[in-house]
Formats: sequence, structure tokens, C-alpha cells
Amino acid sequence: MAGKKKKDEDRGINFSPDLLDLLAKFQEIELEDFELEVKDLELWLQSGALPSQVMPQLKGIPALKGKPTELMTTQFVPPVETYPGKIVEVKLGATKGEGGTRGRSIVIGGETAPAFYTFERPVVHPPVVTLDVFDMELPLSKAVKMHVKDVIGDPAAWAKLAVEKFGADMVTIHLISIDPLLKDATPKDAVKTVEEVLQAVDVPLVIGGCGDPVKDAYVFAEIAETFAGERFLMSSLTQDMDVERCAKFVKKNGHVALSFTPMDLNLQRELNRRLYDFLGNEDIVMDLTTAALGYGLDYAFTNMERARLAGLMGDVELAHPMSSGTTNAWAAREAWLKMAPEWEPRELRGPLWEVTTALTLLLTGVDLFMMMHPAAVKTLKDVTANLVSGKKADASKYGDWVSIKP
Amino acid sequence: MTEREKKSKIGVKELSPIDVYKLLPKINCKECGEENCMAFATKIVNREVQVDQCPPLLKKENEKAYNKLKEMLKPPVKEVVVGEGEKAVKLGGKLVMYRHEFTYSNPTAIAIDVTDEMPEEELLNCIKRTEQFSYEYIGYTLKMDMIAVRSTSGEPEKFKAAVKKVVENTDLPLILCTLNANVAEAGLMAAPKARPLLYAATVDNWKDMAELALMYNCPLVVSAPNDLSMLASLAKTLLAYGVQDLVLDPGTFINEGLADTLNNFTMLRRAACKAGEELAGFPLMGVPMVAWVDKGEAADEVVKWREAYLAAMLIVRYADVLVIHGADGWSLLPNVVLRQNIYTDPRKPVAVEPGLKEFGTPDENSPVMFTTNFALTYYTVASDIENSKNSAYLIVVDTEGSAVDSGVAGRKLTAEKVADAIKETGIEKKVKHRTIIIPGKASRISGEIEELSGWKVQVGPRDSSEIPKYIIDKWQP
Repeated sequence: MAGKKKKDEDRGINFSPDLLDLLAKFQEIELEDFELEVKDLELWLQSGALPSQVMPQLKGIPALKGKPTELMTTQFVPPVETYPGKIVEVKLGATKGEGGTRGRSIVIGGETAPAFYTFERPVVHPPVVTLDVFDMELPLSKAVKMHVKDVIGDPAAWAKLAVEKFGADMVTIHLISIDPLLKDATPKDAVKTVEEVLQAVDVPLVIGGCGDPVKDAYVFAEIAETFAGERFLMSSLTQDMDVERCAKFVKKNGHVALSFTPMDLNLQRELNRRLYDFLGNEDIVMDLTTAALGYGLDYAFTNMERARLAGLMGDVELAHPMSSGTTNAWAAREAWLKMAPEWEPRELRGPLWEVTTALTLLLTGVDLFMMMHPAAVKTLKDVTANLVSGKKADASKYGDWVSIKP
Repeated sequence: MTEREKKSKIGVKELSPIDVYKLLPKINCKECGEENCMAFATKIVNREVQVDQCPPLLKKENEKAYNKLKEMLKPPVKEVVVGEGEKAVKLGGKLVMYRHEFTYSNPTAIAIDVTDEMPEEELLNCIKRTEQFSYEYIGYTLKMDMIAVRSTSGEPEKFKAAVKKVVENTDLPLILCTLNANVAEAGLMAAPKARPLLYAATVDNWKDMAELALMYNCPLVVSAPNDLSMLASLAKTLLAYGVQDLVLDPGTFINEGLADTLNNFTMLRRAACKAGEELAGFPLMGVPMVAWVDKGEAADEVVKWREAYLAAMLIVRYADVLVIHGADGWSLLPNVVLRQNIYTDPRKPVAVEPGLKEFGTPDENSPVMFTTNFALTYYTVASDIENSKNSAYLIVVDTEGSAVDSGVAGRKLTAEKVADAIKETGIEKKVKHRTIIIPGKASRISGEIEELSGWKVQVGPRDSSEIPKYIIDKWQP
């Protein structure tokens, strides 16, 4: 650590405690590889519309009858609207009293206004963060590896670190070892991993599969039954799975489904409708797919914004809390690549890439962030806490920015 | 307000071609180049053509209809031009509140600050860095737009000298920042024809600033920190004073002030776009650089980090111009990419045309690669091949807009499709060899590709940035 400190000084960066001591670890790191999970990006097409042109300016200004000598006062009327819809509340995790073993459960959703329109309504349930924990070694960003190198291969210890040190509200245990193309671990192995994580931390869990629709369903079924009542978020249920079977075991054992579709609101509605046959609305969170900043974030942003507004306007099929796989931000090469000196250090650029992706989606109404980098998590949590604090801006010194000498 | 005028304020989405058609001459003269007036009206609504392209409408007898149309099509957020000449920037001009309603116009302009107390060399360096900031991103060049000159001295002569120096060394549009009208005037005198944005008129100085804005024909920022009624009052007064080109600054606040900041920007934009509130219908200015006011004990990197994420939130929430102090590449890059993302046409297709692309002057021995037709994948790979200066062929496989890894997983990128693309593109007639470099992330289907196409497969890098090196080290036809 002393060596680290020395290095920081050499580079002319004095890292302060909190945020920057997380960043300080990011020396000499390389990202080996990241999997982009953007599936089929699709976009609705509106017919007949093309890019806008610059509007012509109006000619002439109204004639003046002398200049005002006093301020002409007027009131700004806040443009408050009401919304017929409400985002459904979904409870994740269950305490002993609720049939599980968690220290507390977390409710997401419940919003009655667009994201952080606190001039209309206060935020009902602030967004929460679940941190990624993997059940085996995998090609990880070395930036992240720096923080977790001691716990890789030990999901229980990793989960503990995520909760106790990095402030995670929840933990996602990614069961990638069950992938038939990797270790093809058995449902029994997976149950054991989940059991260990469950013992190590008392926060609600997200159960992540490997992406193979058949194997995931097989493993999820076993986990759902073994840990009945824990209200895990099963990540995820997709169109190419046996939806009926999955929805049934999720419901029967009191868990929650993450309904995942590839950036298409109609597909999302369709999958949700299929789930309604077996699950209550309060058992479904949706994931509309997160693409990285620079690599399709625009599609993700607009899809999520549209979904949230539609939900508030009464489209019940989209009135579910939204989850974002924000970790996908690291799929952007600008997040990890060593670039020309003017863009360095990437130790800062990388986590800022994740922060920018997260905050963009925060403003669409995302309720649950699946994240990776501790500094990005800290920033998202700080921003959220400030947004819901109910505190007012101190306007008295605002003009100072004009004359400060930083 | 008439019903029609009200309608025009509701938003472009509600405007129908019929509304426009009713006001056109309806003589189908085709002088505009369209088949008939209805076709012209449709293009007007889609903002593909402008009203002025209808010659009969410009005649005296149609003046009333012309004016009505202009009013109807006026964007709810006024467009304000800052600067002169080629580099002038347009602020605002927004037609809608939400991105999915219609393409956002005029990307958020980013200004980097300098001061009137900077040593000359530092000032010139800062200008140079701002001008030279450039990042190539899928066919776009991302740049900085403006220079904000702040008077930290509060002395007219110093400000004048600094502005003069800046004007001599850049044609980027300027924001002149001082709350003192005497200092402002000195600055304006040094940039008489530059049409800078003047910052700012406040409750204390509005009359003097209004006079300056009129005298120098420059747009004026109205500042009323966290007080929208005062902001509207000032805007109303300045409009009556004759200052037409306003920019609104409701204040930018970090940390505990974040909620007020977002609320103010959101309320103003909604009031303009949804409620037709004219006093809110001006471009909005955000000042992420306020992060430096509360710097405290924090390291510079921490402040730059805060400033960067504040800027990101303001780009998403309706800022039309931003003033940023921390001009490091690492902190600016995410924001210029975000700005580009947010301001793209939301109807932009996500796929490019499949087929064969040639880079440089490929011959019969040049490398052959393939990628998918997901636009972002394609542009990234194409730019990497271009940068390598190697001549090469690139087969763009139709994966229905899937990226490589998700295409393989979702069976949108299969060995059959690759084999078919090899046949259909006629690449076998263009090269003597039969070796194809495939993306590292498609290695799972390498065996099948060899089987189906009869070509030898070389598994390439997992990220296309390594293509140039790969070709030098590994390419063996």
C-alpha cells in the first residue's frame, strides 16, 4: 500500500479518502475482455419521419412602447401533471418473519411520477444497487479484479466484500459455471454456491444464470425449490425459455422473475403477458437491456424512458420496476482500453464510463442497478441519496462560479 | 391564444399535415419540387423542408397564412445563435421534451473556461487544447464548442485585454462571464462583432445588461439561482426591453442541491414544450463547473469526476449549453459520447447494409475478414481497419443488427450465414487465397464455418482494436 501511495504522488494525483481511494487501486491495469450482453438490438420505426431541420427564425420583433424601468414580476407555475398509472411495488428478499432468512427485504417500484420529478411527487422507493459476484474465475476487467482478486473463486467472501466494503444493497450471484460450454456445473453445485452466499450476507439476492435457456431453467427450478420463501430475483426469464414452467416454480416458491427482452417494448409486453398467467404483477421486474455508453446507450435510454412513461400513463404491461445490467458499460472499449495520453488515466475513465451509463438510465426511472465498479456504485448511491434527501439548494453563493480561482 | 396557436404549442407530435395543408395555397403548382401541396405539407411536418420553399406562399397576398404557419411551426424552445461565421453555435431550438417524440436538435454546446487573470501562455494553451479536442467516434468527430471567458479580476481593463487575446486566437464562440456591467462592457468592446453570449442579467443588473445586449446585438443569459419566478420575471422584463435572444440559467447545484437542479431544468423544459409557456421557451444553461466552488479538501481529480457526472445528468436533462472547467480527456470523453448518443435520431436504424466492403486498395492477396451488420460493431471495426492502413476486404454478414457475441448466442450469426455471405459477395473471385479472419467472439462457430464454406478460418482478436497488430503478426493467406 505504501508503494501504491508513492506511485500516486509520482503521478501528481493526491487521492482523497472515500471515492478516490477506490480509484487509487487502478494502477497498471488491463481489461482482458468483457462480454457485451446486448442481444438483438431492435428499434421501432416511425414511418415517414426524417431528421429535423433548423427552424426558420421569426422575422421582426414586437414593437416596443418604451423600455420597462421596473422588473415586471410574474409567477412561474410549476407544470405539475397527474398520471393514471402507478409502477407496481415489488418486494425483493424476505426476512424471517416473511418466510425467508434475510436481515431485511427491499421494495422497489411504486413510483407515481417520472424519475425524480420531485416537484410533483417524492420518490417512493429510491433505486438500489446489486453488485456482481461470480461463481468462478472468468475474464474480468483487471480494473475490477484489483478490488476482488482475493475473493475470486470464493463467492461467499466476494459477497461479503460487496456488502460490507462496497455498500451493495443486494448481491447478484452469477452462476456462470453451470454453462454447458464452461464447467457445466450441476444444479446441486449451484445450490451449494447459493447456500454459501446466503450464509455470508443477509441482503436479498439476485440469482444470475449463464444465458443457456435450457440449463438456466433446470438450475433455477432447483434453487427456487431449495430456497423457497427467500424471494430471490431470478435473472432472468426470457422468451426462449419454457416460460410456463419457470413462472410456475418461481410463483410456487415465492420468488420474483426478472423478465428480460432485447430492447423491444412490444416483446417486453408480450413476455410479461405470458408471465401474468402464472405470476402476480408484484412478482415481476423487467429488464429492457442495457447497452453501454457509446455502444447503443441511446436505444436503452429511450426504451426505458418510453416504458416508464407508458407505465405511468396506464400501460400496466410496462408498469413494472426496471432493472439495468449497468455492468455492460464495460463492454465499451473506451471504458478499458489504453488510449493516447490525452485520454488517460483509464483508471478514472473506466469507472466514469460506468457512472455515466448508470446516471443516464437513473434519469429514465431504473429501480435496480446491477453494477461492477465500487467507485461507480458509490457515486450512484451518493447521487441518489442527494436526489431523495428533500434538501434545498443553497442559492446564496451561486454567482461565485464566475469569479472563483480553482 | 387561438385554438390553433395553442395546438402549435402542444408539440410537433400533434401537428398533422392537414393543419399545414389548410394554410398552403392548395394550387399544386409543384414549384417547391413536390407533387402537390399535401406532399409538401407532410414534409413540413416532418421538418424535411421549410415553409420558405413554397414560392407562392411568399407573395404579399399570402402573408397572413405564411405568418400563421411560421408561428405554428415555431419550436417551443427558441433557437439562439452565438458567435459568427462557420463556428457559430445554435443553442436550443428544441421541438420536443422527450427524445422519442422527435429528434433533439442542436446538441448541448460545451464551453471550456479561461480567466482574465491567467498568464498569457496558459490562456493560449487552454484555447489550443479546447480547439484541438477531437475524438473520432463511429464516423463523427466529437469536439468542444465554445470558450467561456470569466472575469476573476473584476477589472474592466484586464477583462478587455483577455477577451481581446481570446478573440485574436480563436474563432470559437464566446461566453463573457461577469456580473458587473462595466466589466461586461469592456469585454464586449474587445469582441464587437463576435456576437458572444453575455453572462448574465440578474435581479441586480438587468437594465445595464439589457442595454449592452441591445447595443452589441448579443444574446443574453438570464440568471436567477433556484428561483423560477424570478427567472420568468427577468425574462419577461428583458423581452419587453427588446432583448429577444435569451438563455435561461436556473442555477446548477451539486450534492444537496441536485434535486432542485434537476427539478428546475425539467420544469422549465416541460413548461415550454407541454404547456406552451413562452417565458420558459429559451435554451437552458448548465454550469457543472460549480463543482469547483465547493471543492473543499478534495483532490482535483475528485472535483473533475463530480463535474463530469453533473454534466452527464444535465446533458440528459435538457441543458443546451454547459460551462466546464475540468478539461481533461478522461472526464470529457464520456460526456461528448453521451451527447452524441442522446442527440442521434431515435429512429436511426440499428443495422447497416450487409455486403462486401473494401478498405484501401485490396488485391488478390489481401486479408478477408467478416463482421456483423450491427451499426456500432460495423463502424468500430471499419474504423479500426482504416486506422491500420492495411488494404483489406470486410464481409458484413446480415445478423439482423446483432453484435457478434449476442449474434452467436441468439443464432443470428451462424456458420450458414457466413458461408452464404462468402458466396454471395463474390469474394472468391477477388482473392486467390481461401482464408478468412473471424471475430474472436465467434470462435465457437469456427469449425462449422470451415466445414460449410470450405475456407480456412483464422480466429482473430476479440476486440477489433487489435486488428492492425493481428494482420501484421498473424495474417498468412
